[in-house]
Amino acid sequence: MRTLKTLAGAVAFAALMAGSALAADMTVGFSQIGSESGWRAAETTLTKEQAEKRGIDLKFADAQQKQENQIKAIRSFIAQGVDAILLAPVVATGWDQVLEEAKDAEIPVVLLDRQVDSSDDLYLTAVGSDLEHEGAVAGDWLVKAVGDKPCNVVQLEGTTGSSPAIKRKEGFEKAVSGHDNIKIVRSQTGDFTRTKGKEVMESFLKAENGGKDICALYAHNDDMALGAIQAIKEAGLKPGKDILVVSIDSVPDIFLAMQNGEANASVELTPNMAGPAFDALEAYFKDKKQPPKFIQTESKLYTQDDDPKSVYEAKKNQGY
Amino acid sequence: MTLPATMRRVLPQLVALLVILALNTAIAPGFLDVAFANGRLYGSLIDILNRGAPVALLAIGMTLVIATRGIDLSVGAVMAIAGAVAAALITTGQPLAVTLVATLGAGALCGLWNGALVAFLGIQPIIATLILMVAGRGIAQLITEGIILTFNDPGLVFVGSGTVLGVPFPIILWVVIGLCVSLLFRVTALGLLVEAIGVNRRASTLAGIGTSALLLAVYAASGLCAAVAGVVAAADIMGADANNAGLWLELDAILAVVVGGNSLMGGRFSIAGSLIGAMIIQSVNTGILLAGFPPEFNLVIKAAIIVVILVVQSPASHTLSAYFRHRPGAAQDRSAGAVRAAGKTGSAGKEAVR
Repeated sequence: MRTLKTLAGAVAFAALMAGSALAADMTVGFSQIGSESGWRAAETTLTKEQAEKRGIDLKFADAQQKQENQIKAIRSFIAQGVDAILLAPVVATGWDQVLEEAKDAEIPVVLLDRQVDSSDDLYLTAVGSDLEHEGAVAGDWLVKAVGDKPCNVVQLEGTTGSSPAIKRKEGFEKAVSGHDNIKIVRSQTGDFTRTKGKEVMESFLKAENGGKDICALYAHNDDMALGAIQAIKEAGLKPGKDILVVSIDSVPDIFLAMQNGEANASVELTPNMAGPAFDALEAYFKDKKQPPKFIQTESKLYTQDDDPKSVYEAKKNQGY
Repeated sequence: MTLPATMRRVLPQLVALLVILALNTAIAPGFLDVAFANGRLYGSLIDILNRGAPVALLAIGMTLVIATRGIDLSVGAVMAIAGAVAAALITTGQPLAVTLVATLGAGALCGLWNGALVAFLGIQPIIATLILMVAGRGIAQLITEGIILTFNDPGLVFVGSGTVLGVPFPIILWVVIGLCVSLLFRVTALGLLVEAIGVNRRASTLAGIGTSALLLAVYAASGLCAAVAGVVAAADIMGADANNAGLWLELDAILAVVVGGNSLMGGRFSIAGSLIGAMIIQSVNTGILLAGFPPEFNLVIKAAIIVVILVVQSPASHTLSAYFRHRPGAAQDRSAGAVRAAGKTGSAGKEAVR
């Protein structure tokens, strides 16, 4: 009797497994760096959401900022025989060996958000944003917003030497370079934080005639812009009107500022890297279509006309 | 302790501060202008006093800890914890008084933890406080659940950006707390007892001083100061940023104490010196921002200025200047050879002192 019961249980279990295997037509392993920032948490949330929507069985591994954990996770994905692997690499180097192993097992790997230094035949494609393009989108917005009026811009840079700081600066400067009415008068690092953004903006305001000579602020991320907005308010000026504010990232809080008319525009660094990655994978499995080696995500520009309230509500629950 | 003695004690620091302020004035015309606008004092000098508040507050507690020959590396992380606790409580609808008391309590608790490790388990302070320095930011992230927790409560925001008679509230906070702690430690024998621990803890215990209780109290005071600084920093940006609040500020606080003329070997302390040290650091920061150099230069310039200040304060340069003052005929002969000779005699003099 007891054997029968065990047998029945085993059969039922096997049936269940088969059923779930049928329901999910694709199993994907996702090795995430960790949750060091709100954006990273939102990326994880959206990846899970996208997988659920498409009926993909997602196996998630949080590496807690350690490459060795990521390599272990990828090896275990290979051992489990997943159909594909998503990898958000914590560092650029040291991936050759494990990518080689995935290739031998004929499991395509898609890189999310960051790049690796390995040869590009070791992965299917990389999905990411173009940092320089983000800066350019912000610059183009400003060019259009000020028209022919002379405009002195102050810039809050990211952490000195970091690639977003370098590229977002280059992109913006290129976009405004052909327009002689726009001049970047001051540029200083705010370390990507609200506190430093506020402190540096205070000194910009003092140095530029109490802020009367500043027409616009460009911040390499929203957090610095949010700090600077407070500094502008405390100096008795109106952010968004007296000083235009444009920044990058589109974190939820910047939409509250936009709704209050205190920020003008924000370029989105989309946390939805998984969407294009799954698209590429589905196309690849359907008719073996090789995607390009780099899939650039859209750098969407949000302004006060884009119903900031509802964008805020939508973004609030993504884990930022 | 007479006032002139205190003044003489911090004179080199005051001179350094004035020199840097003079440099800033040369770099940025209008640096010294202070205006009254929008109901608050407005100007670069006010910025220095205001922006220097977190480091000044940390330096008060750090001075006491260093006087006992200890060190508190955890203050930056405690700031993050305090900011997170304050933001979490106020956003869940707790009244301001409860929030502030609980936040200060959390800071004191962190300090007591450090103090217990040092006083009762005999762990070296640098290691004992390193534990909370590393773990504290994680605790803060657990409290904020990894996001920048924003709040709008006017009472809490006032701590960071409110004004009393036009003076930003953080300035009042650090000046008043600095004064109170100085008075408490200098009017009573507390200061002497703390210094005794720094000179020789074992001898102090044998002399009947409750060293364990005092050490606990000193670390708790450091935790409290860090909690106040954490609330100021969070209220300033109306949000608790567990990742960045107080990041590396423990090093600035230690630097403020050292620039303020205090020895890391403990045994004597001057809170006034540390506060001036904090203002020196902030004056350098603000000056760099006003100067408009490319950001790549910031840290190099800051380091160069700090090195100059420390060299001027160093025992070697003291013996050198003493030599020049007392050398017969020093005024007439200032050739390079004389300087070389002075250097030799100076170091020889130092050996003799040892």
